[in-house]
Amino acid sequence: MSVRRLAEQQPESFAFTPDNIAWANTQIAKYPEGRQASAVIPLLWKAQEQHGGWLPEPAIRVVADMLGMAFIRVLEVATFYTMFNLEPVGRHLVQLCGTTPCMLRGANELKDVCRKVIGPEKTLSADGTMSWLEVECLGACANAPMVQINYDYYEDLTPESFEAMLNDLRAGKDVTPGSQTGRAASCPSGGPTSLTDETLFDGSVIGAWRKRFDEAKAPEQAPTEAAKPEAPSPGEKLAADNPGERAAKGKPAIKPADQAAAERSVPASDPATSPDPKRVKPRAVKAKTSASAPGNGLNAVDGQDNVKKTRAPKAPKGE
Amino acid sequence: MAKIIIDGLEIEVPAEATLLQACEAGGAEVPRFCFHERLSIAGNCRMCLVEVKGAPKPVASCAMAVKDLRPGPNGEPPAVITRSKTVKKAREGVMEFLLINHPLDCPICDQGGECDLQDQAMAYGVDKNRFSENKRAVEDKYIGPLVKTSMNRCIHCTRCVRFATEVAGVSELGAIGRGEDMEITTYLESAMSSELQGNVIDLCPVGALTSKPYAFQARPWELAKTESIDVMDALGSAIRVDSRGREVMRVLPRLNEEINEEWISDKTRFIWDGLKSQRLDRPYVRERGKLRPATWTEAFEVIAKRMKKAQPERVGAIVGDLAAVEEIFALKNLMGRIGSPNIDCRQDGARLDPSRGRASYLFNPTIAGVEQADAILIIGSNPRLEAPVLNARLRKRWRMGNVRIAVVGEHADLTYTYDYLGAGPDTLSEIAEGSHSFSEVLRGAARPLVIVGQGALAREDGQAILSLAARLAGNVTAEWNGLSILHTAASRVGALDLGFVPAKGGKDVAAMLAPGALDVLFLLGADEIDVPAGPFVIYQGTHGDRGAHRADVILPGATYTEKSGLYVNTEGRVQQANRAIFPPGEAREDWAILRALSAVLGHTLPYDSLVQVRQALVDAYPHFAGVDEIAAGDTAGVSKLAQGRAGKLGKATFANVIRDFYLTNPIARASKIMADCSALAASRAGQQAAE
Repeated sequence: MSVRRLAEQQPESFAFTPDNIAWANTQIAKYPEGRQASAVIPLLWKAQEQHGGWLPEPAIRVVADMLGMAFIRVLEVATFYTMFNLEPVGRHLVQLCGTTPCMLRGANELKDVCRKVIGPEKTLSADGTMSWLEVECLGACANAPMVQINYDYYEDLTPESFEAMLNDLRAGKDVTPGSQTGRAASCPSGGPTSLTDETLFDGSVIGAWRKRFDEAKAPEQAPTEAAKPEAPSPGEKLAADNPGERAAKGKPAIKPADQAAAERSVPASDPATSPDPKRVKPRAVKAKTSASAPGNGLNAVDGQDNVKKTRAPKAPKGE
Repeated sequence: MAKIIIDGLEIEVPAEATLLQACEAGGAEVPRFCFHERLSIAGNCRMCLVEVKGAPKPVASCAMAVKDLRPGPNGEPPAVITRSKTVKKAREGVMEFLLINHPLDCPICDQGGECDLQDQAMAYGVDKNRFSENKRAVEDKYIGPLVKTSMNRCIHCTRCVRFATEVAGVSELGAIGRGEDMEITTYLESAMSSELQGNVIDLCPVGALTSKPYAFQARPWELAKTESIDVMDALGSAIRVDSRGREVMRVLPRLNEEINEEWISDKTRFIWDGLKSQRLDRPYVRERGKLRPATWTEAFEVIAKRMKKAQPERVGAIVGDLAAVEEIFALKNLMGRIGSPNIDCRQDGARLDPSRGRASYLFNPTIAGVEQADAILIIGSNPRLEAPVLNARLRKRWRMGNVRIAVVGEHADLTYTYDYLGAGPDTLSEIAEGSHSFSEVLRGAARPLVIVGQGALAREDGQAILSLAARLAGNVTAEWNGLSILHTAASRVGALDLGFVPAKGGKDVAAMLAPGALDVLFLLGADEIDVPAGPFVIYQGTHGDRGAHRADVILPGATYTEKSGLYVNTEGRVQQANRAIFPPGEAREDWAILRALSAVLGHTLPYDSLVQVRQALVDAYPHFAGVDEIAAGDTAGVSKLAQGRAGKLGKATFANVIRDFYLTNPIARASKIMADCSALAASRAGQQAAE
């Protein structure tokens, strides 16, 4: 961040195009009478869009007059938000993310590319088509390093691909937004690393559960109470899944590590890997009564934890 | 009311009070920078942190209301602790952050010695700086000829921004940029246009905004401080005159909830350089068309010679706008002894007459009473120029809501919205007859306020307009009398109280100024009139202004900072101005000059000291004994005025009396600062006209 000032060279005047005035009026109409000032950001944004990506001083006055605001109030908004460019920018405005994930993935090299191809930061390139600036996180960290050029993200850049892209832009060629390595969205670059088990998707695991649930529910003559416990209702999930309930009973939350240990000690009790309906119910009951039955493996861990973590409740301060 | 425990002491405060106010009420001092009683709450300086029992973190007391606190576990009132270690540590942390970017230039800072930051750093500042980076540097801004900026010192409290927007009503100051780069400025560094802008100097808790004319002139501890009364307009704002030796160094406001709260206009604040220039410091006598310095004896002898020749009916006296009650009283006595009926205090020819009762020329509802009004009609006045502080009060009322404000007269930017009804007496009579839509508003109002400016009174049909206005003010009760005459001259109400108007068969100002009407004319600081060739003019005043240029004998008097004098403001409140310095050279207090002159003329006045003058004054007019009090005008006068038909209405539209706010009196016209402001205002007006 640095001090932001209006540009030295300003146009004589600014006027919205008729289309933009019509658009602006729809924006203003969104707010109740007397609250027109709420439309200041959309209008400034439109003015910036219309004026080649930067906001000239006359536009600030035009917007102020349209909304019945004091000039200084609009200037405050325009200088506060860094996405209002107060100085001329290139037709292609490169916003280069330099925040930690991108920096670790080579944003500094991209900056060198910018300096080489475009010129110093926040100044128009010699041919006037481009300018660049470093910005804070743009929220595409998974595809770092990345830049935003006008309205599009360009991700997974290397100095080489970035330089080629900038040159293409300058030459007026089409460039493809998104990942430059061809991955879709922010999928792992070397293909999927999790949820690779085919059975997750072919219905053999989850589908079987569902089938069993439907079968149990289907026979109308069967008493509903009998069917219900068969399926793991929300209240009977693994203890760790329901920290709220545990807290209500005065028990500490189960840490994931503790639970992993617990699962290792009783691997068969994991409902995800044991489709046997008979195993589910007693398991759930155990979890519920764990406080009074500190004998089993699951609660042994739990119980130790309890001893360590639980402090005697403080007596209210006597007054 | 809500109960709250402040440092163990249980007190009761209004539920909507902030914790800071509650702490003050409980006797705990809370440091603050951004909080100000008369501005909206910003809560951005964080200096007012206190500990609230049960709250996990220190709480900014300025922005937390008492009613938002929860009671203790057993229903005991919420408890606030202001003296704990946590609180001290929290405030020290805030102070350390504030001082990170604050320059250590107190020795060359004009705020030094009266700086909130300096004072509070004594209590909460740490002696070492843990911040090893560079300090922030901020460019100074131009925001006008009155306020000097030193933006490195700014701590971003935004008091000035809030004052300009909320109280002064001109959104000119703002904070651009963000975070560390936030800067206070006007739009493109244009000069502020408010008549109240000087108040940001007082509001600024640090030395970022200081007085430009006063820059590097004095240190606060060198100054003798005299509590006094302002005479630049008819409000009689409470001021403090700071002087060093024989010089007034600056004028600051004093708190007076009844009149000016804590604001004063720029004219009041920056007039002081006018007290030093163009001064009449010795008597002058005109010889062969030229004024030459003379001694008091010479001057008195010349006067005595002329007076001996003149018939009493051909002698007249006019009182100017800045005269105190004492000298008006002395002049009236003197003229009475001479036997002249030709006395007048209404230089502008306002049709006000004390014979119609005191209520017919006072701002009856009082200035503070403006806040109770529910319909306001302004006739022939621009309160923003005629009484800026009153205008701030009107704006305050407007901001409270549920009020209709209307104007008959000239269009003007009053900083609040109003219904513009018309320009002249026609509209007024329409409203009075009930055919105008605003008549219903006035009729439906429980507390209508009708402000009549001098622009509506200083004209042929002034009396008719006054009686129309009285009718519009509706039923006058002992509780509410809506007829409000807004004067522009500080001396006017006092002079009217004394009955300084033509006696039976006497000439008023216009008649006195008619060619050949008088042989001798005595001007007591009357500079707003053009005296034609003919009469022998004695000018008693302070500045080489219009009156002195025309004068044949000049008697140098004292300004309001150089004498102890009573002034009656537009509400009828008697107030005492005090002497801060002595008059320059051979100039004397005005009542004493008149007393000395009376002896030479053979009509010796019966008092030899100020105490005796005041005693005689109070004997003759008892209400002057009640300093700072208002002797309410009799309501019957207003009712009678409303019923009476007093002449025909003219056709001409109302014209406001003040054309140039900055140059309304001889002191202001001698001030270079006021001249600069006037030129700036004129160029701004020219620009607006061009657009």
